[in-house]
Amino acid sequence: MSPDAKIRLDHVEKTYPGTKVPAVESLSLEVYEGEILVLVGPSGCGKSTTLRLINRMIEPTGGRIYLDDEDVTKVNADKLRRRIGYVIQQIGLFPHQTIAQNIATVPKMLGWDKAKVAERIDRLLTVVGLDPDTYRDRYPKELSGGQAQRVGVARALGADPEIMLMDEPFGAIDPITRDRLQNEFLSVQEDLRKTIVFVTHDIDEAIKMGDRIAILGDRSHIRQIDTPERILAFPVDDFVRDFIGEGSTLKGLHFETVDEHVTLEPYPTMHVGEDPTAAVARAREAGTDWVLLLDDQEHPTRWVPVSDLGGGSTVSSDSGSEVVAKVSLGATLFEALEQMLISEAAVSPVVREDGSFYGVVRLTHLNKAIRRARLEAREHYAQLEATS
Amino acid sequence: MSMTGAQGRIGYEGQEKDNPEPPPDPNTGSDATDAAPTEQPASWFLRAREMNLGLKLAPVAIALLGLGLFLYYRSLGLGTTAPSSQTSALEWSTKLWPQLTQHLTIAFWSTIIVVVIAIPLGIALTREPLRRYGPAFVSTANAGQALPAYGLLIIFLTLMGQGLTTVVVALAVYALLPVLRNTMVGLDGVDRGIIEAGRGMGMTRGQVLTRIELPLAVPVILAGIRVAMILNIGMATLAFLIGGGGLGVTISVGLKLQQNEVLLVGSTLVAIVALSFDWVGAVAEKYLRPRGV
Ligand SMILES: Nc1ncnc2c1ncn2[C@@H]1O[C@H](COP(=O)(O)OP(=O)(O)OP(=O)(O)O)[C@@H](O)[C@H]1O
Ligand SMILES: [Mg+2]
Repeated sequence: MSPDAKIRLDHVEKTYPGTKVPAVESLSLEVYEGEILVLVGPSGCGKSTTLRLINRMIEPTGGRIYLDDEDVTKVNADKLRRRIGYVIQQIGLFPHQTIAQNIATVPKMLGWDKAKVAERIDRLLTVVGLDPDTYRDRYPKELSGGQAQRVGVARALGADPEIMLMDEPFGAIDPITRDRLQNEFLSVQEDLRKTIVFVTHDIDEAIKMGDRIAILGDRSHIRQIDTPERILAFPVDDFVRDFIGEGSTLKGLHFETVDEHVTLEPYPTMHVGEDPTAAVARAREAGTDWVLLLDDQEHPTRWVPVSDLGGGSTVSSDSGSEVVAKVSLGATLFEALEQMLISEAAVSPVVREDGSFYGVVRLTHLNKAIRRARLEAREHYAQLEATS
Repeated sequence: MSMTGAQGRIGYEGQEKDNPEPPPDPNTGSDATDAAPTEQPASWFLRAREMNLGLKLAPVAIALLGLGLFLYYRSLGLGTTAPSSQTSALEWSTKLWPQLTQHLTIAFWSTIIVVVIAIPLGIALTREPLRRYGPAFVSTANAGQALPAYGLLIIFLTLMGQGLTTVVVALAVYALLPVLRNTMVGLDGVDRGIIEAGRGMGMTRGQVLTRIELPLAVPVILAGIRVAMILNIGMATLAFLIGGGGLGVTISVGLKLQQNEVLLVGSTLVAIVALSFDWVGAVAEKYLRPRGV
């Protein structure tokens, strides 16, 4: 247990009345302070039940629940919930109350004074990207689905809880808006650093939102819990492999960046007006069919085929073809791959922050990076096994 | 749904007045793809309702009916040309006015009793642990509703004897069901997600009931009360059968003496009372409906 466990479930069980098979069976789980832990798994595996056990919307039939090392299994559930933000797919805005009144729900219950509540409402609307003057006095039916979900998040943040529980918060929203809400939420989280448990059945959403992902099987059994990159690099069993599905290798490229693991290669370059013979020689030596033409600020501008450089002709600024694809240092290997696929020379030129040429990414770099990530993950799990 | 141009225009004006579009977004620009909620096309009938045509016209119609009755009453020549039995049956200060107040008293108290009993009962039957008895309770009450009102009055007569109290109690029992059923339907109709959100934020069950469920159920509950009230006003016409008085006395005298004038005055008065209270109910439903719903 490296960072602090903000939430700790200790052998938590839930068997619904009238059923024999538990919906959640002996689940032990730690959620670290400031992280987003995503619970993901097939429908009916007990994700929502697990989430609702944490704020005691459902009473556990066994085990203990700790927040900040305080046993909350038996404390007053209503008071407990006022400390925990809760966002659900149905949003559940109160239709007979204005947006402001909705957001004020928990602060008012906690007895905040009026001025503080009003200020908080405006703050939160701004945080979720809604103009307070426009939206404060509207009723929920006057909002679009995306706006309503933003208000749902603002309301959950109402009294600045340290913990947020989110059950498929973006599940009922169209893909484009969902993508935007996810990005906005991630950037809000960057500042707020809440401890978040996030439920989804969409592995891509899990990979995008999670600092860590817990892949759950039947009865909320944890099949694998780890960072998205490690899960993608090393699914522990067939269940997990099936669940993350096709293309997990490609998805893994999202977590590798151009600077960290990739040793970039030099590439034959030349400047306008330079003697082509030397450039051709460099290209021969490097085994490339192209030379990258740089302008006087060292920005990559054109791909010039070696075959155009014969016969002593000089290179002008319109030789070859324009460089359309390039990536910056720090971009993900996924972006590098995309650029590579559309690049004339089948490599992605990498530029520094000032736009000057730094090197190129080739397919072999991606291959190496992925293999390294897999090896590291495998070693990590071998080590875990050895120590346990 | 087809709609002629003229009707469409009428409806459109009504919407402009009563249901202004939310102002356009001077928004941060972050919402280009969040589609704004769109207005559903409404039938002519619904649009007429949105314009409150009924609400505005009803008082006029009631006033006209009242005026007509007044003129008719004056034209009868009571105390002069009219037969003496008619004159005495239709005397305002000793017959009609006391009967009218009696009639209203019966309807008022039976409705009050209905509300006081049915709403808490409806709440209880939608909570744990009584929740599961709710459907059984309502279907029993439904069966009870099939009992003729007349029979109910007689049963209560044998139980409680003659008099106003008996009538009030019998009517309250008779009109209980609409309010009970609407209370339960109204509370059950509140979206589960809304309740879940309320509970999830740490509202107690009581807070969810009083701040969320009841306000949202108000329109449905009010509709039930309105039905009960109208039932009671109508049923109070039978009160005379067990010595409860009311405008039913005049109507029965008219029937007995075969004097259509008496019959007409009595029944028109009942109609005016019923229509007036129905209108009050409609106004209440409109203005007590929570905003935003
Ligand atoms: N109130 C309840 N009473 C009885 N069984 C329940 C109840 N709620 C859920 N279950 C059962 O518990 C199991 C887990 O349900 P849960 O809602 O936690 O699944 P989930 O992982 O959230 O699924 P989904 O992705 O479809 O939302 C399911 O088999 C479900 O049928
Ligand atoms: Mg669920």
